[in-house]
Amino acid sequence: MTVVRHGFLGALPPAHRDRLAGFARDVSFPAGTRVFEEDGVADRFWIIRSGVVALDVHVPGRRAAVVETLGEGDLLGWSWLFEPYRWHLGAQTRAAVVASEFDAGRVRAACEEDPAFGLAVTNCVAQVIARRLKSTRTRLLDLYGPPR
Amino acid sequence: MTVPVPYRVVECEAATPDTATIVLEPVEAALQPFTPGQFAMVYAFGVGDIPLSVSAIDGHRLTHTVRAVGAISGALHALRPGGIVGVRGPFGTGWELSAASGLDLLVVAGGIGLAPLRPLVREVLATPGRYGRLSVLIGAREPRELLYTEEVRSWQGSLTTVDRPDERWQGEVGVVTTLLDRAAFDPSSAAAFICGPEPMIRATAGELVHRGLEPDRIRVSLERNMHCATGHCGHCQLGPLLLCRDGPVVTWRLAQPLLMVREL
Ligand SMILES: Cc1cc2nc3c(=O)[nH]c(=O)nc-3n(C[C@H](O)[C@H](O)[C@H](O)COP(=O)(O)OP(=O)(O)OC[C@H]3O[C@@H](n4cnc5c(N)ncnc54)[C@H](O)[C@@H]3O)c2cc1C
Ligand code: FES
Repeated sequence: MTVVRHGFLGALPPAHRDRLAGFARDVSFPAGTRVFEEDGVADRFWIIRSGVVALDVHVPGRRAAVVETLGEGDLLGWSWLFEPYRWHLGAQTRAAVVASEFDAGRVRAACEEDPAFGLAVTNCVAQVIARRLKSTRTRLLDLYGPPR
Repeated sequence: MTVPVPYRVVECEAATPDTATIVLEPVEAALQPFTPGQFAMVYAFGVGDIPLSVSAIDGHRLTHTVRAVGAISGALHALRPGGIVGVRGPFGTGWELSAASGLDLLVVAGGIGLAPLRPLVREVLATPGRYGRLSVLIGAREPRELLYTEEVRSWQGSLTTVDRPDERWQGEVGVVTTLLDRAAFDPSSAAAFICGPEPMIRATAGELVHRGLEPDRIRVSLERNMHCATGHCGHCQLGPLLLCRDGPVVTWRLAQPLLMVREL
């Protein structure tokens, strides 16, 4: 049986985790900060250390609809890894957030330079995407009530 | 008890737009005591009876939380104090909480699935030191469908998430399984209790097994349609099980292969 480690960094083998951590800088955002906007350039990403971030979709003429919230240990942003490097969703902090911030260009360059590191990072991001896709599909089933 | 015993409605309170919590007291003789996870067959006179879990146990008083989805649940939802119902029970296996003594506890509820889990949480909180850490993870479709909100706020280690937030919702958004990352438990020494719609049960139990929890330590409540509740009519059959007798609470080791069978 696989023993799963949690949080984005927890899923990386230690050597690669340390290497990635070398790119990090500490940032904090007050509650209510727009961290990024849908379709904006995805040139950074974050690993949340504390606080809550809401991911939202712009709906013309209405308030943005929140589709998911992220918290401690979660990866905020994966669009930086794939072309066209633009955010799919918007992100706003719900509570004050402390996070590790990464420069996407530098991490991508390191991934290309060292394929083992690149594979490990890509694998971890892919796992995050797979989990979010699975939750999105599960939500389509309208899980919590009797059939309508 | 297989013959309905009269109980009087002493309280009823709207819990969500289509859900009400009703408190019943025996008119004369009381039924045997219920344990958390067991259910009663509650009869709305002239309409019919349906299985309802106990959502609180207090001496001879029975509390049920009922969602109006059809004729019988609608009639019970519409009851007012003074109304009389017939009750049979207690039926079913219950959560068997005693088997989890010393372990971290994960209680995972989807929608009205919190109703049968509430007596379990209350029992855990009433016996400090008997179990490890307690996490109660609650998922609902919308904020207005959340049950027992005030009580839940007082439960340390409880987390709530909704699928569709409204304008005022400031809490978490996403399926209940996403809360597992925030729950404090050691998969090698934890027990889980799950109740909700079957897709939610499958997603949650599957994720817990993936994280290393033994399928024998995961208990799920399977609420299939019931009729007699005494193991005779076969309405509640799921593979080799009659869920009114062998369930509704069963281990995931037993439930998992049965829930993966496709309908013919
Ligand atoms: C062991 C057990 C414990 C239960 N505990 C509770 C409880 O604490 N509170 C509560 O509100 N309900 C509970 N239920 C579900 C409840 O028994 C049903 O909602 C009820 O039987 C519906 O009967 P009805 O005549 O009102 O509706 P029907 O006319 O039979 O059905 C109306 C609609 O509801 C749907 N429906 C029927 N039963 C269910 C169900 N079990 N789940 C989802 N949709 C259903 C039907 O498919 C139909 O679309 C429990 C069921 C079981 C088996
Ligand atoms: S409800 Fe009749 S056998 Fe279970």
